[in-house]
Amino acid sequence: MDPTTRPALAPNSGEFARASRWKAYETVIWVVALLALLVFPRQAALWNEIAILALFAISLDLVLGYAGILTLGHAAFFGTGCYAAALFAKHGMHDPLAGLAVGIAAAAAVGFVASFMVLRGSELTRLMVTLGVASILYEIANRFEGITGGADGLQGVVMGPVLGLFAFGLDAKVAYAYSLCVLFVLFLVARHVVHSPFGFALKAIRDNRTRAAAIGIDVGRNIVAVYTLGAALAGAAGALLAQTTAFASLDVLGFDRSADVMLVLILGGTGYLYGGVIGAVIFRVVQNALSAWTPQHWQFWLGLMLVVIVLIGHERMTRRWRSLVGRVGRRRGTSPVADSAAQSRDAR
Amino acid sequence: MSTPALAARGLCKSFGGIAATQDLTINLAQGARHALIGPNGAGKTTLVNLLTGLLAPSAGTIELDGHDITALPTHRRARKGLVRTFQINQLFAAFTPLETLALACAQRAGIGARMWRALGRRAAVVDEAAALLAQFHLTDVMHRPVSELAYGKRRLLEIAIAVAARPRVLLLDEPVAGVPAGESAEILDTLAALPTDVSVLLIEHDMDLVFRFATRISVMVNGMLLAEGSADAIARDPRVRAVYLGESHHG
Repeated sequence: MDPTTRPALAPNSGEFARASRWKAYETVIWVVALLALLVFPRQAALWNEIAILALFAISLDLVLGYAGILTLGHAAFFGTGCYAAALFAKHGMHDPLAGLAVGIAAAAAVGFVASFMVLRGSELTRLMVTLGVASILYEIANRFEGITGGADGLQGVVMGPVLGLFAFGLDAKVAYAYSLCVLFVLFLVARHVVHSPFGFALKAIRDNRTRAAAIGIDVGRNIVAVYTLGAALAGAAGALLAQTTAFASLDVLGFDRSADVMLVLILGGTGYLYGGVIGAVIFRVVQNALSAWTPQHWQFWLGLMLVVIVLIGHERMTRRWRSLVGRVGRRRGTSPVADSAAQSRDAR
Repeated sequence: MSTPALAARGLCKSFGGIAATQDLTINLAQGARHALIGPNGAGKTTLVNLLTGLLAPSAGTIELDGHDITALPTHRRARKGLVRTFQINQLFAAFTPLETLALACAQRAGIGARMWRALGRRAAVVDEAAALLAQFHLTDVMHRPVSELAYGKRRLLEIAIAVAARPRVLLLDEPVAGVPAGESAEILDTLAALPTDVSVLLIEHDMDLVFRFATRISVMVNGMLLAEGSADAIARDPRVRAVYLGESHHG
């Protein structure tokens, strides 16, 4: 049904293509992440924790921020990846990348199976199902202590050098460099996915399931796919933790870890991927600072911060910043969004 | 007689004992301009929901071009060309009109599950979306979030999404509902410009619009088909006048 006279193309549609282009601020973020290792090498263990937490939060962003699936059990996949990589290193190969692949595969498999349980039902149902799946895995790990080490944790995880060249040391520099590289690569994967047609279909499902199905989007298949992908990335984060700390313990499957990653993502903001990175930095740095200042009550302040942020809302906190960015862009004449917004304001 | 574009036979659906649709049979001819009218609560929207798979009928069959689609989920029906608009806008609030239509075009083109190259860099679908924006007078707001658009513009987008799917059968559920009279002309123009091979079922309250648009009319009352015929015949039908046009002939 092509119209016989094709209307002239809209002049500004290039804006849409530019939306997926790599931005200057993104380079800044990753350069800063790299500089952290060079400027503060003695904090490498902390940076490593942040990188792992960021990857975990990004995996949750795919599921929660993009597809709109509320989950209180995302640690199920983190923990699965963690134990899979740890057990693989203990019993099989010591190569980190092979172990990482095993962690990803195991978590993806569990995520795939679990995804069919979040297809139906209300948000409350989904919260309970995700919570339940994580609890079940936690108890399985607890029960089979002959394999997992139970409450004592899994000892004897021996890691070989990365690519056969870089051995993990006590100073955690190699650990951070390794985690940062994995984070960056998987971030790029997630970044491609969210800008792709599939990524838009996810956001469509989040915004309006009825309409999504009405334009031919297979809601169920998309949810299975993103849940599996999110689980795979969470599994990668868990594998990184096992490999860089040479240890796995039950808390990787615990409710606290599911709750923390949710908190991290809410802190940083959902639905733009960098929320996971920024949230992880804020969470761990604030947690470190607060626990040094008031070792017993730091969670009070963290809780207060979260409540304030959620009540005020990201939208309101970042508005000033966004309007500033928009103004600069308009002055430079590079932002058709701001232009058309300004035109329609004038027209009123 | 050729196979109807869309045929529903003996459709039944009840909600908690109230029959919203009772043994309803309706045929939509190829290339039809068919209107479905009836008072509020007659079950018109329920029928659209049954036809598009949003609801499952308790009895009856639905055929699209002679193929049984009764058991198909909504998205499969949409991919086969059975497309609808909604009486109450169903849009993606966080999207811009350009993103919305590019997504709809990508779905229709069968590349909706691709995971790598950005949607905005797929020139074919973006160009197609931009052409639709121009056709639906949405070019000036193409980069604004849907949640910021005026109601009339959202209504146009609602219809544009359906057209982006290149429907074979288009079900329009009160397309001008809530649109100020001055702005409805734009919507009517776009409806008049639909390709003639698209079969259209229009659900509408506005009788002017119905008689201007449709050549065939079905009248629904209390979940049942009361009358069906040419626009002229329906306009003269005393039963229709009685229940729908508010002229009482009952004793």
